[in-house]
Amino acid sequence: MYAYDEIDRTLVNERVSEFRDQVKRRLSGELTEDEFKILRLQNGVYLQLHAYMFRVAIPYGTLATNQLRALAHVARKYDRGYGHFTTRQNIQFNWIKLAELPDALEDLAKVGIHAMQTSGNNMRNVTSDQWAGVAPGEIEDPRIWSELIRQHTTLHPEFSFLPRKFKIAITASDHDRAAIKIHDIGLRLIKNEKGETGFEVLVGGGLGRTPFIAKTIKHFVHGRDILSYIEAILRVYNQYGRRDNIYKARIKILVHELGIEKFSREVEEEWQHIRNSSLQIDDEVIEDIRSRFTYPAYEKLPHMPDELRQAAADPDFEAWRKNSVAPHKVQGYSIVTISLKPIGAPPGDATAEQMDALADLADKYSFGEIRVGHEQNLALPHVAKRDLPALWKALDKLGLATPNVNLITDIIACPGLDYCSLANARSIPIAQELTRRFANHELANLIGRLHINISGCINACGHHHVGHIGILGVEKNGEEVYQITIGGRADENAALGTLIGPGVKFDEVADVIEDVVEAYLALRERPEELFMDTVKRLGVEPFKERVYATR
Amino acid sequence: MTSPLEQKKIKIAGPSIVTANRTWDGIVVYRTAAKSWSADLSEAAIVRNSDEAKALLAESVADDVGAIGPYIAPVQVGADGKIEPGNLREQIRRTGVTIGQPAQV
Ligand code: HEM
Ligand code: SF4
Repeated sequence: MYAYDEIDRTLVNERVSEFRDQVKRRLSGELTEDEFKILRLQNGVYLQLHAYMFRVAIPYGTLATNQLRALAHVARKYDRGYGHFTTRQNIQFNWIKLAELPDALEDLAKVGIHAMQTSGNNMRNVTSDQWAGVAPGEIEDPRIWSELIRQHTTLHPEFSFLPRKFKIAITASDHDRAAIKIHDIGLRLIKNEKGETGFEVLVGGGLGRTPFIAKTIKHFVHGRDILSYIEAILRVYNQYGRRDNIYKARIKILVHELGIEKFSREVEEEWQHIRNSSLQIDDEVIEDIRSRFTYPAYEKLPHMPDELRQAAADPDFEAWRKNSVAPHKVQGYSIVTISLKPIGAPPGDATAEQMDALADLADKYSFGEIRVGHEQNLALPHVAKRDLPALWKALDKLGLATPNVNLITDIIACPGLDYCSLANARSIPIAQELTRRFANHELANLIGRLHINISGCINACGHHHVGHIGILGVEKNGEEVYQITIGGRADENAALGTLIGPGVKFDEVADVIEDVVEAYLALRERPEELFMDTVKRLGVEPFKERVYATR
Repeated sequence: MTSPLEQKKIKIAGPSIVTANRTWDGIVVYRTAAKSWSADLSEAAIVRNSDEAKALLAESVADDVGAIGPYIAPVQVGADGKIEPGNLREQIRRTGVTIGQPAQV
């Protein structure tokens, strides 16, 4: 867990009372919507189709149980009893009343939660691996560095008025769970030959209308230089970034237009000026942040406790364990992923009751800590293996033990036309239908790892470009039409998917996906060959043929 | 549904209304002939040509305290005078999400 300091707390409280005043003035007509809009966006408040939407940041995806309970409280008291976890380690409430928002913000501020950096053309919530600090083999806890960058960039003038929003993600593991290659800046924590900690820096990733996979701009930047290096990138961006055209304003476009070589030369030159300035990080600063992250007092536990051995006889438990439980860096412990993807339900939604109950379980079994991942699932990061069977039973009662993590029904979907004012088509009902089609666990297991990502418009909040199967909703003559891509991925081998052909209608999407999956099952050389491997080996043609031969 | 938030040229193809979200709570509202807002589509003022649409929109925009983000949306008017939303987006705004509620099935 991370202990915020006094400055942060004061800042958050000041923001709440400021916003209370602004809302009052808005409701009395003293502020027009034009004047108020930027203020509400700074506090995470959007307008959707049916209501205001309130977006709350969960920095690097770490939540304490009192914070999760506060989110449950907001869902219950100010919303319709549920919240929606997003792909950027945020939670959104869909039905908040503007008049009650200051109260909701105040209730959240009491537990150190705020909505800063969730919108606007600024530095957004710095995201990280949801397994940070517990994943075996990680270089070090990437949240230490996320926090350093957060402190440096929150409300920093240079980062508050960027040409466009700006997103950074950090990972410290070989396997990238933070999707760093689709961020404006991606940081991979590594060690050099001398054993010093630093970063491989990637730049210019992003999805949306013009998707790009980030490119490596520098193979090693020493940890102490990371702020000056990021600042150098931002200065070059601020200087050249296109403010005249919203579609061209992201850094990915600049990197693409200048070319990575020229861009990196410019950054290098800028960096040489500021490298040895006050931006150089003292060891004490990092030490101070490091000391604020506390880890549980783990017990010495056996690798294979009796409880686990006995539970292994239950096939339902085993099905869940196999895809929800991951190795922990401490012997005798596990990381447990909690699927927010029950069959037939909207991906990423959790009810207030589930959040409260989960907080209780985290207190009992995970040292009071919960994590939020970009796949719209949650995790308990420190579960003793002997507790796994009891935890599973408790999760199952709450509808939180669907054994589908990383399987075809573990779908990422944006809110789409059911909520979002920018949408062209619905996303959630497509996800719901697909989970019903593949509800059979044996079938899903046979298919193996397969990520379906769905967006309701080209903004790509549902990461469709990097789904193994991507589904993008568009509009044609007033009707919802869906374009299907295959071969995308969001991990260390990130790639953009390829369109397989003309768009299909709402009612046909699930049939088409079934065809794609059947084609894969017929084409794979052996059961271990994952969907992605088959697509890589054969390209999209055979899938295209299968889908369009009869349509 | 192309987002109507960026309506620049006002050209309507059939009967239309002005809709927005009520400022204090965000709910969907429709501009009425009595120059106020109603949550009930049946009370919406119907416009049938671009001049009427322009006028209704201008008057709605002027009421900035009452509702936010007003725009023109198509409707269908039945023989009995019953007003129905003219596209899926407006259908969803009127009747709510199509995904079942509360969130968990
Ligand atoms: C319903 C309210 C929402 C609105 C109005 C909205 C709006 C947008 C817009 C306009 C963009 C594109 C910005 C750009 O390319 O410059 C964007 C990007 C993004 N949104 Fe949302 N969004 C919403 C909800 C969500 C949700 C629920 C999620 C997660 C499930 C999400 C995740 C993302 C992500 C990850 C991106 C970045 C894609 C990229 O790399 O360019 N958004 N959003
Ligand atoms: S992808 Fe489009 S439809 Fe989906 S949430 Fe983002 S802006 Fe809305």
